[in-house]
Amino acid sequence: MARRAVLLGALALGLALPALAALTGLDYGVGVATRILIFALAGLSLNLILGYGGMVSFGHAAFFGTGAYVVAILSQHASLGEPLVTWPIEIGGTESALIAWPLAMAVAGLLALAIGAISLRTGGLYFIMITLAFAQMLYFFFVSLEAYGGDDGLSIWARSTAGPLDLSDDVQFYYLVLALLLIVLALKARLVASRFGATLAGIRDNERRMAALGFPTYRYKLAAFAISGALAGLAGALIANQTEFVSPSFLDWQRSGEILVVVILGGMGTLYGPVAGAVAYLLLEEVLSQWTQHWMVVMGPLLVLVVIFARRGLWGLVERESPDGGGSRD
Amino acid sequence: MTEPILDVRGLDKTFGAVRACDGVTLALDPGELHAVIGPNGAGKTTLIGQLVGEITPDAGTVRFRGQDITGLPAHARAARGLARSFQITSLFPRLTALGNVALAVQAHAGHSFRFWRPAAREAALIDPARTALAQVGLADRAGTRAGALAHGEQRQLEIAMALATEPRLLLLDEPTAGMGIEESARMIALLAGLKGRVAILLVEHDMDAVFALADRITVMVYGRVIATGTPREIRADAQVRRAYLGDEEIGDEEEIRGADEVAP
Repeated sequence: MARRAVLLGALALGLALPALAALTGLDYGVGVATRILIFALAGLSLNLILGYGGMVSFGHAAFFGTGAYVVAILSQHASLGEPLVTWPIEIGGTESALIAWPLAMAVAGLLALAIGAISLRTGGLYFIMITLAFAQMLYFFFVSLEAYGGDDGLSIWARSTAGPLDLSDDVQFYYLVLALLLIVLALKARLVASRFGATLAGIRDNERRMAALGFPTYRYKLAAFAISGALAGLAGALIANQTEFVSPSFLDWQRSGEILVVVILGGMGTLYGPVAGAVAYLLLEEVLSQWTQHWMVVMGPLLVLVVIFARRGLWGLVERESPDGGGSRD
Repeated sequence: MTEPILDVRGLDKTFGAVRACDGVTLALDPGELHAVIGPNGAGKTTLIGQLVGEITPDAGTVRFRGQDITGLPAHARAARGLARSFQITSLFPRLTALGNVALAVQAHAGHSFRFWRPAAREAALIDPARTALAQVGLADRAGTRAGALAHGEQRQLEIAMALATEPRLLLLDEPTAGMGIEESARMIALLAGLKGRVAILLVEHDMDAVFALADRITVMVYGRVIATGTPREIRADAQVRRAYLGDEEIGDEEEIRGADEVAP
């Protein structure tokens, strides 16, 4: 079966990539691949609400960027030895991934809960606009946050520490990101097939019917939105570690657009679509931007073609009718 | 007398200059099959919308099983045992027939904040869904996508989904709409089989169906209830004949079609 072959091939390539990069002397390839995996994770998080829940959020970078800032701010306090909070108890910063990354997820998740609680009162175009508005508010919040670099952003002295792993080593960091992505993929596969996933797909396909059946649809949408925000926060924590720098541009609406493109290009409502989308989008960016800085001139038409001819995106070409698409049952 | 399962009093709803519902009062006894008829524009759909919680009435109350549910949202009413079918078929076309009914079962099998077990393999959802499908005669269509079912079968599936929620009251909005004679007959037989087991409020244009099935009939014209009674009483009601059917005899399908067209 083509699907199985593609998946196994992708996994093998993913595992062998650092060795291949070393062999061919393209060492920077590991960094590019890490970035791709992180964007795949961000795409996966958006796809949960966009593809499976039918919620078009145009402000996903808010959660992504917030996760990145949480790691950066904690790291700055730790490296300067300044406490983060002095009252009522003193809490210092940290460079530990085991604390900072879950915290990034929690903060992003709570933020999504708050934004979602308001945004999900609306629907359709209003939902797109209100999520965009919230993200821009957050963008300007970080622009004005002078203590943490304001407009200029914030450099991170060192990557997070994670037990025996040395994340400053690009290869080890790459494998950690790959492992996290695989874990999230596995969890998402379970979630999509569960009662919660079936509920979410039902709301996407026919929300009015779901309410008539007795589902309090708002609650399920909000839960999905918060989970999605937390996952985006994890992706943000990873990107902060990779670039060792954060800035308000991480929360820019263009970043939200990029994550949307990753999902749409790869295939909305498919499990592996965002991974395929991230690979295609970032590789094209990598290659085309070496020719011209106007690489969007090529990317734009390509996206149009995919949307017209492959409605389930790139992954839809591999997998005709996916069992994970509609939460279908036999 | 037993307490009515549904007790609607003085329901008013105005859209701009149109009084879609004007002091609508009606009551259903447990197990009763109560039909609401009236020409197009009589306010039947507005009435249904207010009963299921999709339209907020300007005035009046809806009591269901002794509780005031006038301010409750649709999902909370459904959770209390009020199930509905839609005038225009409303399904999950990508899911199989069984998947559609399984979702309906799931709606009443506790909360759905369950993230781990595959729902498609949960016997607690699948078995009752198969039972409901069998009840409406769709057992052999379980694996077919809802979108690929024939129109009549989709209407049957709607009923199966409503039944799967183990309702106390079924609100059926024109279950035979768009059906051929044969499909209609099958639906009427299906409803006759349900009669007495669950209270049913039936909005229907097919007068044969109404007069064959209903225990009582409420007639609406221009947003008002002009008569309520047994089929025999309604047939004999002079006001109904004047306002709704001209002076022709009720109970014959051709003149009803005619009445629809005459109505504004």
